Amino acid sequence: MLKDVTLGQYYQTDSWMHRLDPRVKLLGTLSYIIILFVVNSVPGYLVCGAFLLVCVLLSRVPFGYILRGLKTIMVLLLITVLFNLFLTPGEPLVSFWKFTITKEGLTFSIKMAVRLIFLIIASTLMTLTTSPNQLTDALESVLGPLKKLHVPVHEISMMMSIALRFIPILMEETDKIMKAQMARGADFDSGNLINKIKAMVPLLVPLFISAFRRANDLAMAMEARCYHGGEGRTKMKPLVYRKGDVGAYGVLCAFLAACIVIRVMGV
Amino acid sequence: MEIVKTIKLIHDYIVRDEEGNETGKVRAIDGVDLDVAPGQFIAVLGHNGSGKSTLAKHLNALLYPTEGQVILDGFDTTDESHLWDIRQEAGMVFQNPDNQIIGQVVEEDVGFGPENMGVPTKEIWERVEESLKAVGMWEFRKKSPNRLSGGQKQRVSIAGVIAMHPKCIIMDEPTAMLDPSGRHEVIRAARALNQVEHITIILITHYMEEAIYADKVFVMDEGKIALQGTPREVFSQVDRMKELHLDVPQVTLLAHELRKAGLPIPEGILTSRELALALGLQPKETGSAWD
Repeated sequence: MLKDVTLGQYYQTDSWMHRLDPRVKLLGTLSYIIILFVVNSVPGYLVCGAFLLVCVLLSRVPFGYILRGLKTIMVLLLITVLFNLFLTPGEPLVSFWKFTITKEGLTFSIKMAVRLIFLIIASTLMTLTTSPNQLTDALESVLGPLKKLHVPVHEISMMMSIALRFIPILMEETDKIMKAQMARGADFDSGNLINKIKAMVPLLVPLFISAFRRANDLAMAMEARCYHGGEGRTKMKPLVYRKGDVGAYGVLCAFLAACIVIRVMGV
Repeated sequence: MEIVKTIKLIHDYIVRDEEGNETGKVRAIDGVDLDVAPGQFIAVLGHNGSGKSTLAKHLNALLYPTEGQVILDGFDTTDESHLWDIRQEAGMVFQNPDNQIIGQVVEEDVGFGPENMGVPTKEIWERVEESLKAVGMWEFRKKSPNRLSGGQKQRVSIAGVIAMHPKCIIMDEPTAMLDPSGRHEVIRAARALNQVEHITIILITHYMEEAIYADKVFVMDEGKIALQGTPREVFSQVDRMKELHLDVPQVTLLAHELRKAGLPIPEGILTSRELALALGLQPKETGSAWD
């Protein structure tokens, strides 16, 4: 059961979007999210939507996969929309019982919904087209300048990639411990939420002990293979910008500029 | 010159109580003298707690001697300035394959050692290719290690060590967690490296069958070397091995019992083929998995 969980949601295929340098995708997604909150007019949202649509088409990821990302936050989205709809003061539009929908509330909640949907599609698209490994590499490279401020950038990204490597192993281990305890009469499935959580405690203790033991072994194995932090380390798969990546930066900048112009001009 | 040499090596583990105060010492290694010539295949045998894993960690400077010296290819392991040279020259393969694979893709894991050594990118790829081919895992290079069998994972670990171009590989019970076919895979890879690439192999194990092809066998007991010699010399001492809580290979034991019963068989039979010949039978060509 636990084995079916795939981490990250990388969708393996060969597309222009997949081949794009992960740094472009990371920075692109971040700036796209920021710009979503800069634009606030219909033409602005149309430009953002069109840009996103082109990206999705370039990624060759089926729409269903992308929409699956939306499903998980549907509740959050509804709550946000409802709160904005009913609780924004302004010119009343419809009024029933204790609730009033204002004109401002209506426009604001639509804006919010569009923003959130675009935001989630954009970040889902990034994780669908970038493997977790590439993502940690990109993070290390993008945060590189922070090294001067003594932020352990290399160490953080190493920790992230080791965590990713061990998640399936620990999952398997959890499964094994659960089965061993179920064989001796432990009950994980019945009872209310509190009982279920209580049943997890005897599961977590052996899992933690084994995780620490693994960490210890792994640290020794890494040392035995000459690991001594990021200094003097070379990369097997260094990130190198190619022509297409530079072009992508250009397109991204043009898009961002267009959005800012739309906002400033107040179209 | 010996590639690995220990001189009167002693290692004490400090025992602490719950508050972290010293309550005593356990001597894990007690005056071990080890000499290994380049290109040899060495097996170190011993029951649990005999100090063999502790010895292995000394050879890679993961532990430092309490007393005595460990000299690896001319470098003293306590000499900090040569620490990375020592770790590069003496590669280490551990027991649990899951706990020593760092990469999420086979090829990335093999590249981890060379990356740490600062090898240029192009050469890393060459090294990864040659080492994966040496252990027969080249076609799995794009796979996730989680999808491999135990024997395959262990061969990836060995490839990760070979990519660092070591002179010597220390294997600390690499087959303890594997099934028989995985064990066979790993030992075959180790023997091939020894015979083709002339890399010195120090294999620590408690499976006697894995030791019969070694050039030299060391048997450890309570931190001391109790027996040493060729596999034939060591395994012919069936009763002494039993005293040390170790078995001898089943064929050797059978030959020993037959000899005691009066059959004219020499001591130190190591393979079923030898036994068949000694009994004047025509050996079957299939043989055991270890032939």
